[in-house]
Parts: sequence; C-alpha cells; structure tokens
Amino acid sequence: MNLEEYKGVFVFAQQVDNEISSIAFELIGKGKSLAGDLGTEVTAVLVGSDVKGLADELAAYGADKVIVVDDPELKEYRTEPYAHALASVIEKYKPEIFLVGATAIGRDLAPRVSARIHTGLTADCTKLDIGDFPLEPKPNVEQKHNQLLMTRPAFGGNTIATIACPDFRPQMATVRPGVMQKLPKVEGAKAVVEEFNPGFTPNNKYVEILEIVKSVVDTVDIMDAKILVSGGRGVGSPENFKLLEDLAEAVGGTVSCSRAVVDAGWKPKDLQVGQTGKTVRPNVYFAIGISGAIQHLAGMEESDIIIAINKDESAPIFDVADYGIVGDLNKIVPMLTEKIKAEVAAK
Amino acid sequence: MKIVVCTKQVPDTKSAVKFNPDGTLDRSAMLAIMNPDDKAGLEAALRLKDKYGAEVTVISMGLPTAEDILREALAMGADNAILVTDRVLGGADTWATSQTLAGAIRNLEYDLIITGRQAIDGDTAQVGPQISEHLGIPVISYAQKIEIEGDSVIVERQFDDRYHVLKAQMPCLVTALSELNEPRYMTPGGIFDAVKKEITTWGRADLVDVDDSNLGLKGSPTQIAKASNKVRKGAGEKVTLDASESVDYIMDKLKEKHVI
Repeated sequence: MNLEEYKGVFVFAQQVDNEISSIAFELIGKGKSLAGDLGTEVTAVLVGSDVKGLADELAAYGADKVIVVDDPELKEYRTEPYAHALASVIEKYKPEIFLVGATAIGRDLAPRVSARIHTGLTADCTKLDIGDFPLEPKPNVEQKHNQLLMTRPAFGGNTIATIACPDFRPQMATVRPGVMQKLPKVEGAKAVVEEFNPGFTPNNKYVEILEIVKSVVDTVDIMDAKILVSGGRGVGSPENFKLLEDLAEAVGGTVSCSRAVVDAGWKPKDLQVGQTGKTVRPNVYFAIGISGAIQHLAGMEESDIIIAINKDESAPIFDVADYGIVGDLNKIVPMLTEKIKAEVAAK
Repeated sequence: MKIVVCTKQVPDTKSAVKFNPDGTLDRSAMLAIMNPDDKAGLEAALRLKDKYGAEVTVISMGLPTAEDILREALAMGADNAILVTDRVLGGADTWATSQTLAGAIRNLEYDLIITGRQAIDGDTAQVGPQISEHLGIPVISYAQKIEIEGDSVIVERQFDDRYHVLKAQMPCLVTALSELNEPRYMTPGGIFDAVKKEITTWGRADLVDVDDSNLGLKGSPTQIAKASNKVRKGAGEKVTLDASESVDYIMDKLKEKHVI
C-alpha cells in the first residue's frame, strides 16, 4: 500500500428518508479542521436513492466536494449495497481519512467497509486530532507525522485510549453523534458535485426488507435538548415519570432516561443516555433517581450543569454532579415544578 | 440446523480496570464474565434449538481462562465448545480478532452465526460484521428478535426511531442485543454434564485461510498511542435538606445560573 497516494478527508453523509442526519454536518465540521491541518479538502459522500438534491445542504455546512452515489438499490439502508458504495468510493478516490457517524447505521456499515478494504477502524471516537505517532520519538521506531489520532472511551468509560492507524489507509473512525460541532450554515455555498455509480448487482449478501416499523411517538431528539430531565430506576414506575414530564414542561426541557429504564420497558431506546445510548451535553441535566453507573456518566458528564436528586447519598452520580441533593424525588420534584411554574408566571 | 455462537470473556467493567505497561488491558488482574450481549446471543441460539432443533457450538478466542465461560455455555445447554488460544493471537485489534475467528469458523459447518453486538470492554461492535465480511455472508446487526423460516432467517433489526424486519438467506451472521432476551441460568444437571464435556482447544495451526500478517498485535492495523484512566470532573456540592429546603436550594442555583 502506497500511503502517499491517499489524500483528503472524506465523511459519510448519512441520510434517512432523504433527510440528512445531523451527524453528517458534525463530521463535515470536524473534517474541515482536520483538512485544515493537512492542507487538504473535505469531501462528503452522499449515498441513497434520489438524493442528489441534498448536496447543496452539505455544501452549506462546509463540504468542499460531494460525491453522490445514487441508485434505487440504496433507497433504504442495507448493509451490503451501502458497504459496496463506500468501498468503491474509497478504492477510486483513495482518501487518507474516512469518518462515519457512530449511529446505528454507521456502526453496522463502517466495520464491513473496513474489513473489505483492509484497514483499521476506531469505534465511537470523541476526539480527533492530527499529530505524530508514536506521540513521542522512540529509539529505533520511525515517528510518522500527520497521523489521525483517534481518542475514544473504552472499558465502559473507565479509560480513554488514543489510537492511530499508521500503516493502512484510509484511517477510519466512527464518531459519536453530538460531540463534534457543526459549522454555521452558509446559505448558497456551493460544492463540487460528482456522481459515481459502481453498479449494484444483488447477491447473497443483499438482505430483503420485509417491513419497516417506525416508532409511533414522535419524540424530540434528546441530543438537541438544552435542558434534560432524566430519570432512572429510582423513579419507581413508568407512571411516576409523569413527575419528570411535568418538571420538563415547566422548565422547557425534555425527558430522557438511563439504561435501566429502557431495559425495564418504561421508556423507548431513543431516550436513553449513556454508553449504549446517546451522548448529551445540555445546559442543564437533571439526574433524578439515577445512581450513575459509569456507562451512564460517559453519556452525560459533559453537561454544563448537572443537578442530581437521589435518596442514596453514596450514589456515584454525586461524584459528577455540580449540585447534589440527597432526598426523596417524590417530594422534591413536584414541589420544584410548582415553584418553577410560579416563578415563570410571575415574570 | 447448525449454529455457531461467538462469545468473549470480558473484564467486568464495573470493577477496577488495570493495564499492562504497553497500554493493553491486564485481563488477568480483573474479574471475568461472559460478555452480556454474547450471552443474549447464546440464549437466542438455545431458544432456536428448543424450537426448531439445532446443534449449538460456542467458540471463544482468548486466554486459557476463557474456558470458564465455555463451561458456563455448556451448562446452559450448548452442545460443543471451542477455545481458540495461542500466544501469537494476543494483542489483536478488531481486524485481527475477526480474521482469527473467521479462520476458526471455516473449520465448522454452520447455517447461522450469532455474536453479541459488542463487548463491554472494547464497546466497538465491529467484530461481528467483520467476521461476516471475511466469510462472505450477509450480516444483520442489532437483532431484537430472531426467527427461522425455511432456509432464511427473519430478524427484527433495531434502529434509533424504527426497526426493520429483514430476511436473509442462510448462512448468515446476526449480532444480538442484550434486550433480545433474559438468558437462562445453568441447571444443576447442565453443570454436571458440562464438567464432563470436553472443550476443544485450537491454536494458530488450526486456523484456515489466514495469513500470519493478519494475526495478533503485529497483524492489527490500529495501534494504541496512549491509554489512561479517565479523569472526571470532581464532585460539586452535596446537600441533605428537607424537601422544601431542597427545592429552595435548586431554585437558587437555577436563578444563579440564569436557567430561569
């Protein structure tokens, strides 16, 4: 593999139902700063059916170039045709970096692609930098420059590892949604748009979609919320989440929850904060009846202000809370809701 | 029907995590359990066995101590257990791990391979899809329900706000979510039988169609530059007050920070 041949930062511009996912803009934003360090450009790879019209939106968020792979076989996400699309783009354009969102789609797609083209893949990155590998010069080891240094939490959020892929290209990473910042939208910005179709012939690896069942409740994305009122098993029952919903309404926030709550079937998966749920960083995070398993902390500890209410004074949530209240949520939460309502009404 | 289940022995990440000087995990110093998603995958296989009849083979790559989780799998009802262990396989990233497991599975007949979605130590969710790629078979990840229909597998595949019902021709690889089921306990009879059963041990020489350059630390495209314990922001204030004082306390803070 001639590493020098590989140039440019590519990002997978995920779309669902022909609507670009927020992660695509976040990846362009981060890709832009990496490309700046490398003196190169950001290319968004848009894959789907009848998606060419979405290219301008990618340009508005900073993409220099958009490669469109448009084919009827790509209408709904399926692993094989999407993997074929990305692997073909990589073989043809030879990017040095390829970023994919660590979404349900990206975490399925990226491993398949990396295995097909034989390169490394680092999962769920929360930080990306350009730097040297090894980080410090070592005797008898060539120190390579301009490497992608991929940082991610591991071992249930107990540790942070920085990983490089010095001998293979592209350097591939999936990136946690909600961590990288998108650039301000520039209306009317244009990118070079190029269409590319490697051909899609169904084979044994193409699965058949029998049915698509969408969640009936149209919920707000907890990753966009400025205030989250999050509940754990300590809330006690699905009915008791009403207390949290009332507080959320009073304070202009959204309800989220811990994994225990999802496992118990009290709330749907898309409201789950944590290692196997979503990473959130709201202005205010209320952790109510959440003990604070390390996997949960990994998903919310970057919140600006963390207010925890828990009756167990030794709960680990208090180790990250800015304001911890040891007490009974059943008494405190309804009173707090009333106070906030009164305060808001008085203004 | 023949089902292969991949399982991993993982450190219980709720306990303390320890490292070797080179940044790799010191697994010998930590409590070890069967990875939860893999256990759900095993349970799914055993339920298919109960319903349709199947031979379930459990395979694990790891240290010799991984025999413990293979015994557990046998006691739960698996028919065969294979341990893939060899010094040259150590330090593998997901590429080298998936190459190893694919090389081992090539010795076996299979209709269905089930892996857990992800292991709680690495949390990558990469090995399952990568094995399927090396074997040239379809993959369905994030399974929340698995059924068999003729020579096909029907799977509910979870997404964020929806799920897909997918049909794939077997042989196929499915990755299982812990939410899939509640794994059964080992039975006293199962434990008794498991102790008597033989665990097959394979090393490097038993792997089929895998080049040395794709194995172990040397065959891993990704390399660790640095690993460290997570530095958390310190705890803030913690108060124990009665309910109405607590509310006043929170109100003060919310006003102070201009939230309300």
